[in-house]
Amino acid sequence: MISLLLAAAILVPNDGAQVIQLTAKKFEFSPAVIELRVGVPVVLEVSSLDRKHGFALPDFKIDEQIEAGGVTRIRFVPDRAGSFAFHCSVFCGSGHEDMGGTIVVKP
Amino acid sequence: MKTRREFIQLLGVGGAVFASGLAGACTRILKRTEADDFFFVQLSDTHWGFQGPPNPDAENTLRKAVAAVNALPRDPDFVVFTGDLTHTTDDDSERRRRMREFQSIVSGLRVQTRWFMPGEHDASLDRGKAYEESFGRMHYSFDHKGVHFAVLDNVSDPAAVIGDAQIDWLRSDLKPLAADAPIVIFTHRPLFDLYPQWDWSTKDGGRAIDLLQHWKNVTVFYGHIHQEHHFMTGQIAHHAAKSLIFPLPPAGSQPKRAPVPWDAAHPGRGLGFRDAVDADRARSWRLTEYSMEGLAVPAAARAG
Repeated sequence: MISLLLAAAILVPNDGAQVIQLTAKKFEFSPAVIELRVGVPVVLEVSSLDRKHGFALPDFKIDEQIEAGGVTRIRFVPDRAGSFAFHCSVFCGSGHEDMGGTIVVKP
Repeated sequence: MKTRREFIQLLGVGGAVFASGLAGACTRILKRTEADDFFFVQLSDTHWGFQGPPNPDAENTLRKAVAAVNALPRDPDFVVFTGDLTHTTDDDSERRRRMREFQSIVSGLRVQTRWFMPGEHDASLDRGKAYEESFGRMHYSFDHKGVHFAVLDNVSDPAAVIGDAQIDWLRSDLKPLAADAPIVIFTHRPLFDLYPQWDWSTKDGGRAIDLLQHWKNVTVFYGHIHQEHHFMTGQIAHHAAKSLIFPLPPAGSQPKRAPVPWDAAHPGRGLGFRDAVDADRARSWRLTEYSMEGLAVPAAARAG
């Protein structure tokens, strides 16, 4: 199911990086679960559908602000397997604390 | 008149005491006497306006806390609220209404000296506009009986940043103090990376900590994480306070940062406040944690 959900959002550019499009809106990310592979570079293209949000993935020292109307590209290489939580890092209202998701990095 | 011990037993605390800070002799910047020893009460994360299953008694919890502080055997020198006074709302007028109601309730505190600071629920959506109208400055300092207190705002920037201007202000504010001056920092979010995965951090909190390391007797009191927590960064002690709306689980103990469910058999469990006694001329603070479990609200203060 997750694979199906992600299929439409994944592109593979020339440099081999996986590109995943992600949307943010009060108070959810879509998709909320993202599967990656260890050692495979990824570019997250995060856009906001309503207001300013943040995308924080602390285990990989990532914390970017997502402006409404634009696309923020976040490139990294997952160097270890596991499940890693991400969350909105710009306070956005009464459901802010619930706005998050999981990146699952497979070996 | 109840003794302190009797009062602690009444609240079901068990006299939990946590001594923090540093040992060792040092020279005060200001003259102090034994009579100067004092204590304050810290209340945090009252989230006035919150409604939901995590606290079906939300209309009364703050009132109970006010009554409990008034019932202490001795009045504290002051009370400090370390942020999230109100629960967030997108409605600006509702935000202001909640702040007025909060002020009305805490005006029932017998102690007249009250210090406030915002949490992200109070100030992040409008960068503190409503908060400043209601409570005034979001960062400031004051002195009390030889101890220097500084309040840091790490929430009015919705990205949880203290910012260059405030760091510069803190540097200037502390500069005249001797290296062994007793200093207390009040703030809402942890200055250190307690658990960034749950947003329990301040983005540039490390800059404040690096600055504070130049002084030997620094203690930080904060809220945000809705539970008691104690941590040292170098020689700086950091103490998080319980909430007065709902407890949160220990960092990383479950997948999501969801409130600990209300326990109808033990209403108020996990909620509380503390007092901090200047135990050793602010080289250490003796903390006593008070539980809200089972406390009744006085009829005169009951909601509705």
